Amino acid sequence: MDAIILQILNGLDKGSAYALIALGLTLIFGTLGVVNFAHGALFMIGAFCAVTLQRLFNLSYETIDPTKTDFLGNPAKVKTPYVESWFGPETGAAIIDWSVPLAILFAIPIMLLIGYVMERGLIKHFYKRPHADQILVTFGLAIVLQEIIKYFYGANPIQTPAPEALSGIVEVLPGIFYPAWRVVYFCFSLVVIGGVFAFLQFTTFGMVVRAGMADRETVGLLGIDIDKRFTLMFGLAASVAGLAGVMYGPINAPNYHMGMDFLVLSFVVVVVGGMGSLPGAVLAGFLLGVLESLASLEAVISAIPGINQIIIYLVAIVILLTRPRGLMGRKGVME
Amino acid sequence: MFGLDKKDSTLLILVAVLTLLAPFILNPFPSDSGLAQFNAGYPDLMQRFVIFGIFAIGFNILFGLTGYLSFGHAAFLGVGSYSAVWMFKLLSMNILPAIILSVIISGLFALVIGFVSLRRSGIYFSILTLAFAQMSFALAYSVLTPITNGETGLQIALDDPRIFGGAVAADGSIPVTNLFGLEMRSAFDMAVGPWSFTFSAGYYVCAIVMLIAFYLAIRIFRSPFGMMLRAIKSNQTRMNYTGLNPKPYTLAAFVISGMYAGLAGGLMASMDPLAGAERMQWTASGEVVLMTILGGAGTLIGPVLGAGAIKYMENIFSKINDNVLHGWFAFLPDGMEDAVVWILHPFVGKGWHLTLGIIFMLVVIFLPGGLVEGGQRIARAFKGKKAKETSEKATTEPAE
Repeated sequence: MDAIILQILNGLDKGSAYALIALGLTLIFGTLGVVNFAHGALFMIGAFCAVTLQRLFNLSYETIDPTKTDFLGNPAKVKTPYVESWFGPETGAAIIDWSVPLAILFAIPIMLLIGYVMERGLIKHFYKRPHADQILVTFGLAIVLQEIIKYFYGANPIQTPAPEALSGIVEVLPGIFYPAWRVVYFCFSLVVIGGVFAFLQFTTFGMVVRAGMADRETVGLLGIDIDKRFTLMFGLAASVAGLAGVMYGPINAPNYHMGMDFLVLSFVVVVVGGMGSLPGAVLAGFLLGVLESLASLEAVISAIPGINQIIIYLVAIVILLTRPRGLMGRKGVME
Repeated sequence: MFGLDKKDSTLLILVAVLTLLAPFILNPFPSDSGLAQFNAGYPDLMQRFVIFGIFAIGFNILFGLTGYLSFGHAAFLGVGSYSAVWMFKLLSMNILPAIILSVIISGLFALVIGFVSLRRSGIYFSILTLAFAQMSFALAYSVLTPITNGETGLQIALDDPRIFGGAVAADGSIPVTNLFGLEMRSAFDMAVGPWSFTFSAGYYVCAIVMLIAFYLAIRIFRSPFGMMLRAIKSNQTRMNYTGLNPKPYTLAAFVISGMYAGLAGGLMASMDPLAGAERMQWTASGEVVLMTILGGAGTLIGPVLGAGAIKYMENIFSKINDNVLHGWFAFLPDGMEDAVVWILHPFVGKGWHLTLGIIFMLVVIFLPGGLVEGGQRIARAFKGKKAKETSEKATTEPAE
């Protein structure tokens, strides 16, 4: 029983990453009608925002400490990060320790900007072109972004540890222990998902966007510049992917191709949930995450060997063939 | 010639001449000169050119004609490789049965996957093929290890049965792949002054197979069947209203292109008898998409050009390092030389993927017809003809 609960927790955790990426993909598809193969790259860039911030905080200057000597007998050089000298040693150390959560604040404007530039600079020109062209150009963009990151940060994974206070293990249920950061990730994803839904549901801006998703032309006829809002939605989707990436760093050290690995799965998630359906994307994300983890149980693997590797694709194939619009897809959208 | 019209015959002859003379054409620099590293005329690379050419020709029959964008074509290549290696293990080291088996097996595989995937179109088709390919990849890595030998990859060994032809060569080592005794790795070196040219048996076998594959592709393009496939791409709904069922045609195209991929996989295993699961990964499928689009989807020669361009970049362009760049720009003043090298540095050597990505994006944005369209535009500009003149521009529209 404990094993099952643990696997469900694992699944929810994996599912929250899938759900966040799929949510962004669906936002883009639902508003702009574009299939964005570069979304995984945005996730990766988010993770590297955390890496960058961590490096910025660790920028330090050297001073010579006469009281200590190094192994050659010379006066030892002591590196002091600038943050520590500005904010005092304790606050400074705390800031460095909390660099991953702080990177959230750093990543949002950057991702919004990247999303804005991407939409205005490239995607805008592809609305009228066929879906295959959109897939191809964003696929090319994903390669380019990935290579740029590789050029600046190298090909090896870079450790981005969680803050000391959150890197231990907590008892989530009586007798069940689980890494604290993964619990944080799950809660964080719920907050982000809730935030996006609340934004769309309870603000005038969100209302207009939803109206635009339902019938773009009519909204345009009412004298609303829907394109401008959709551009902002692209930025929002990019930052959701970026945030998912920022917080994912401590779970899996960021490397330049992490985006591609997630992209394939998130597409499957979007298709299972239903193209253009936001709740569908979230539901399918968690569902597939949990299914994947449950399939990794010893008992299941020994019954059907290899099932844990293919369960997601298997589910996707069955769903596509039996219910092409996905679990919660609207009727008539890309059926 | 062979039932082709004049234009196509010229194209076929041109391709034939180019492939057969490739050892000369790809080795333009004397072997002791500084530019020798840009010689692409060594057997290993030339074989890759033609093998991926076959792969891309096959992919183009599906994508270029019907507009169905498959993101899982590498699975067929992998299946072809595995079946060829199994043939080497069980039957004999002759490549003929191996290649025949790999074409048949991958055709069957394509039949099953195509039958399911083609029930949807557009983006769903892409995702379905991707899902199938990833499934095959994951299974080849894990559960199917008895067949695929998992991470190590399938290799031939001394204790394989090989019922026809000995399991062990005369000198006690593992026998090499051959075609009725002609060893694939045998090569003939010719030295003309400072130049040296290598003629490898393996390359010529691949080249001849590619020419046959290319010829068949031309026939398919010009046949009523090819016309039907183009009709599917331009308007499937209208085709339905005319009373034609597009499904058998798309399925046939899918199976044919799967068989081409299997042929490529079989040849790959024949040249170097091992097969690994990474050949089936979706990045490999992405590569053939890049090749076809880069060269020009829907055109005859485009995919071959694209395959050549990408493989050339991967193997030769990636060898340019800072020293080479400094050598090139030595004529500039010192500061400027460093600046130029600094600017170019991210794009060459290990950064060749970046260059590839940028070129690919530019092609998709500005030249939907690929390099072939680029060539046509340049030719037209030189001839001074008006752009409105009809050209066989290949737009890639999905079937939705």
